[in-house]
Amino acid sequence: MSGVTSPVSYADAVPGTELPAATYPVTRLSLVKYCGASGDFNVIHWNERVARSVGLPDVIAHGMFTMALAGRYVTDWAGDAGALVEFGVRFSAPVVVPDDEVGAVIEVSGTVEGKLDGNRVVLGLTARSGGAKVLTRARAVVRLP
Amino acid sequence: MGINRDYLGRTFPVTDPYEVSRVKIAEFAGAIGDPNPVYRDRAAARAAGYPDVIAPPTFAVVIAMAASGMAVADPGLGLNYAMVLHGEQRFEYSRPLHAGDVVTAQSTISGIREVGSITMLTTETEIRTVDGEHVCTGFSTLVERGEA
Repeated sequence: MSGVTSPVSYADAVPGTELPAATYPVTRLSLVKYCGASGDFNVIHWNERVARSVGLPDVIAHGMFTMALAGRYVTDWAGDAGALVEFGVRFSAPVVVPDDEVGAVIEVSGTVEGKLDGNRVVLGLTARSGGAKVLTRARAVVRLP
Repeated sequence: MGINRDYLGRTFPVTDPYEVSRVKIAEFAGAIGDPNPVYRDRAAARAAGYPDVIAPPTFAVVIAMAASGMAVADPGLGLNYAMVLHGEQRFEYSRPLHAGDVVTAQSTISGIREVGSITMLTTETEIRTVDGEHVCTGFSTLVERGEA
C-alpha cells in the first residue's frame, strides 16, 4: 500500500474485516532522520556501542517511529490524515535495526474491530519486525464520513 | 536510588509557545516516509478541508516532549534516563495540528508503578492553542529497567 486511498465511509466499514498488511523498511538512515525531525536524540537510536552497553542487542528504532508507521497505515486506510480521534499502542519488543543496507522491516496489519456512535470506527493493529510483535494493544479510533 | 513517589500528580510548567510550521511538518513526514500530500501541499490540505497543511498524528510528540521532558529530566524525580525505554503511548485528538497553530504543552505525572526492578512512569500532556483550544492529549509511559 502506498500513497493515499479514497476515503472509506462509516457505512463501508464492516466489523471483522481484515485489512491488507503493509510493510515498511527501516534503516539506520531512517533513524537518523527521525532523530533530527523529532528532536529525540536518545543515543540508543544511533550508537550501537551505547545500545549494547545498556543491554540492547543493537541500535533500536524509536518506539514513536514504529507508531508513526502504524499511524500512516491507519490514515492511508481511512483516506483522511486527520481522521484519528484516538490512537494508542504498547511497545512490546524493540525493532532492532542492523547497520547494513537492508535494515529492518516493519509489517503492520489491522482489523476493523467495531463501530461506535458519532461515525467512529475502531481498528485493532498489529506490527511485527524480525519475528517479534513490536506493537501490542494497538488501537486506533477514526471518525469517518 | 529509585523513583520519588512524591512526584505522582505533580503538574509541570506550561511550555513556551510552539509555532507549527510547514517546513517542520514536511521534514517530519519525510522522516517517517509518509508521502501523503496533505503534509506538504497546502492546496491538497485545503481540498481535504483543512486550513493549511496538517501534521501526521504522531507529530504531537514533538511538542509534548518539551513538556514531558521537564518532568522526566527533573533531578528530584530520580529517573535513570539511560535505562529508559518507551513502554506505551496514546493520543486523544480534538483535531489535527496544522501549520500556523501556536500551541503550548503541559505535563502531569499521572502514574508511577513499580513491578520488581522495573519502574513505569506515566505522563499526561495536554496540547492547547495559545487561545486555549484543546488539540491533543498525549499519555506516555516510560519504563525504567533495572540495572543491567
